[in-house]
Amino acid sequence: MLYREAGQFKSTYAEDQGIFPLRQDRIAFAILMAVAFVLLPAFGNQYWLGAIITPFLILALATLGLNILTGYAGQLSLGTAAFMAIGAFMAYNFMLRMPWLGVIPSFILAGLCAAMVGVVFGLPSLRIKGFYLAVATLACQFFVLWALQRFGWFTNYSTSGVVTAQRMEIFGFAFDTPATKYLLTLSVVVVMALAAKNLMRSETGRAFRAVRDMDVAASVIGIPMMKTKLLAFAISSFYCGVAGALDAFAFLGTVEPERYSLDLSFRILFMLIIGGAGSILGSFLGAAFITLFPIFLNLVSGWISHTTGFEISHAVISNLEAIIFGGLIIFFLIVEPAGFARLWQIAKEKLRLWPFPH
Amino acid sequence: MILSVENVSLSFGGVRALQEVSFDVRQHEIRAIIGPNGAGKSSMLNVLNGVYHPQQGTIRFKDRIFKDMDSHEAAALGIARTFQNIALFKGMTVLDNVMTGRNLKMRCNFLQQAAWLGPAQREEIEHRRAAEQIIDFLEIQHIRKTPVGRLPYGLQKRVELARALAAEPEVLLLDEPMAGMNLEEKQDMCRFVLDVNDHYGTTIVLIEHDMGVVMDISDRVVVLDYGRKIADDVPEKIRANQAVIDAYLGVAH
Amino acid sequence: MEMQLVFFIEVLAGGLLAGVMYALVALGFVLIYKASGVFNFAQGAMVFFAALTFVSLVEKGWNFWLALVVTLAVMVALGMAIERVVLRPLVNQPPITLFMATIGLTFVLEGLSQLMWGSQPHGLELGVPDVPMEWLSQKWNINISQFDLFAAAVAGLLVGVLAVFFHKTRIGRALRAVADDHQAALAVGIPLQHIWAIVWGVAGFVALVAGLMWGVRNGVQFALTFVALKALPVLLIGGFESVMGAIIGGLIIGASEKLAEVYIGPFFGGGIESWFAYVVALLFLLVRPEGLFGEKHIDRV
Repeated sequence: MLYREAGQFKSTYAEDQGIFPLRQDRIAFAILMAVAFVLLPAFGNQYWLGAIITPFLILALATLGLNILTGYAGQLSLGTAAFMAIGAFMAYNFMLRMPWLGVIPSFILAGLCAAMVGVVFGLPSLRIKGFYLAVATLACQFFVLWALQRFGWFTNYSTSGVVTAQRMEIFGFAFDTPATKYLLTLSVVVVMALAAKNLMRSETGRAFRAVRDMDVAASVIGIPMMKTKLLAFAISSFYCGVAGALDAFAFLGTVEPERYSLDLSFRILFMLIIGGAGSILGSFLGAAFITLFPIFLNLVSGWISHTTGFEISHAVISNLEAIIFGGLIIFFLIVEPAGFARLWQIAKEKLRLWPFPH
Repeated sequence: MILSVENVSLSFGGVRALQEVSFDVRQHEIRAIIGPNGAGKSSMLNVLNGVYHPQQGTIRFKDRIFKDMDSHEAAALGIARTFQNIALFKGMTVLDNVMTGRNLKMRCNFLQQAAWLGPAQREEIEHRRAAEQIIDFLEIQHIRKTPVGRLPYGLQKRVELARALAAEPEVLLLDEPMAGMNLEEKQDMCRFVLDVNDHYGTTIVLIEHDMGVVMDISDRVVVLDYGRKIADDVPEKIRANQAVIDAYLGVAH
Repeated sequence: MEMQLVFFIEVLAGGLLAGVMYALVALGFVLIYKASGVFNFAQGAMVFFAALTFVSLVEKGWNFWLALVVTLAVMVALGMAIERVVLRPLVNQPPITLFMATIGLTFVLEGLSQLMWGSQPHGLELGVPDVPMEWLSQKWNINISQFDLFAAAVAGLLVGVLAVFFHKTRIGRALRAVADDHQAALAVGIPLQHIWAIVWGVAGFVALVAGLMWGVRNGVQFALTFVALKALPVLLIGGFESVMGAIIGGLIIGASEKLAEVYIGPFFGGGIESWFAYVVALLFLLVRPEGLFGEKHIDRV
């Protein structure tokens, strides 16, 4: 009833190429933006904004970066966290050593640093593929983390190895409350997600997917292998780098190397698989799930101990979490390899017919 | 003459796929390459668009002579092709696949594409228009948004042809375009091949097993056997050529 | 003997022996990859699970040999369960999907191990002490650990047994047939699913052996799972499909890593072991993308 597209004809290519071809989708998105930008910061629970929604957005951005490389371009990477680390550390250093740059330019430069490292570690992709490449990205993960911890310059020779992120100020306006940090993060993420969507529906996106689907054929029809693969690495690492910078400045408040471990790279890969590789929306869905699920588990165990008096230790919960995440990955890979994004699409298709069954 | 090969020899390890093959292709003609299985036809096509590099011999395209052509160069020069086992991008729709054929004509860089509004969108629309013309021409409008992996074999072949045409090639290499098709599909494909040659003036080099098709649509025929050229003439003469008949019947020589 | 030379020999020997230990873990990967084409990222978690189960049983007072046999049975059962639940449904998927499934499996096994047995570290004793071999240290002043030599011997024995198993027995032949070509193996009547169950069972056994060796060396704790990460460069160099490659790759990685740590490390302030093996493997790959003994894959269009 509600979700019918009858009567919505597209008379120009421009309309057909739009991000939200259906009017209902456009309305829904507008409402979402209104809620996100206006209602949430004004009326939302500040704790949730700062501790849950902001990190969700940041991880969604990182997942988006990984999606560009692995979901769209088909180059499996296990070094996502390393690029976030570069973004975090370089943003810190730019803000420290060149404070006149300002927050946004520092973040952009930090992202560019991550992009450059991404290109270097992406060079092997020209010769090796599949999980050989994945193992090579592990080299990136380990090396980058070692370098950031080993060379004191990155932490400004701090003795503890951990540094505090500077305050963020743009033209005198300070972003130091959960709500303002959230808004900054939201803005950055929305802009970058839009850019990613545009890229993926353009020639770049087609080139990426061609390389993913059959790189030999892609090369024969004229798509340049090296340029395409390296561009994928560069853009992906840029996104992860910016995510890392946001992570340090808008969420944690500190820059610490241990956070950007292999475990985090795996977590982001899980977000990718569960959310749906090759889908911008999927990145958000996957990140939402992995961010919210542990909270849900905590709530459930709290309720259990409340009603039955039976205490469930934190160790048990975190082990259960690992088991369930791993199990879900396997489940999704077997049942719906295209993840939540595909399930969402199917739901929308059913909605188009509602209330008719078929 | 738009394309020619001179004394091309190609080996893989110990296997001699092509031995001193020479022939030419005239502009606007339909040239067939035929021969029994294993004669080296696909290898010849692969040499023509730079996928294989012959150990010996040269390739001439228009005025340029190549000893070693890169497949990327070939595509840029205006040589497009289809593949025996369908090399479509299974994860994308028909429209997307056809649009990838336009990639060499796209000028915008990724930053412009990320912004979308402005030059990138205009370019996207312009090339969409060109792609749609080809889609209309090959009568695949009804499946333009279908993921290619879901299409039946015959339609996939047609989409592959569309992708090759999208590049506006001067020379089109078709590797067994009718393979696996029933009579009706073959007739349709023949009609399309002739239309392409007629309407766009594209020179066509095709490998084909169906003798009826070869006799009907080609202007001249090259016959390969065991990597060597054994005949090069118009279809009527080829049909009567004893060496060709022997080769197909498997007469020992 | 010259002090420099003695030191070098000690470092080299230590590295080679460490390499044998890496090879032990790599063997498990090779087995599974050879027979089912799956890159089992969960091998490290299997090593951990095996060692932890064994150690926990022993600490509960079980007899050493009984614990060993029971753990072995558990590992074999686990391997078969994995094949049935995870791999069989994914049988026709591209290798990347299977690889990601094994990453999921890793998390499951790690969580399960600690859920069952807790997360404190355990020490493990196998009766061979970790002290220098007297004979060597007295005669030539070279210190090489007895335990390292014992582990090398065990690994050698295991490889020998596996080689005989693969090449001389009927089941071994069937395994090699399956590794080569699934369809052809099916066509001659080889029961694919049984074979895979056997392979995963054997891989579980190898994981147990590796777990015991490494458990003595480093203690049985969560960090044991990272040992598998070290086996990956070994596989990159030796090729994923070769038992010989796993050994040689292991030796190369072990030796070069130790030598680099001692001779190059100080220039970088130490700690380069975390990535050195990977960079070596990466450089190797750029020259030989299939590894030393791996099979070349030709892309046909």
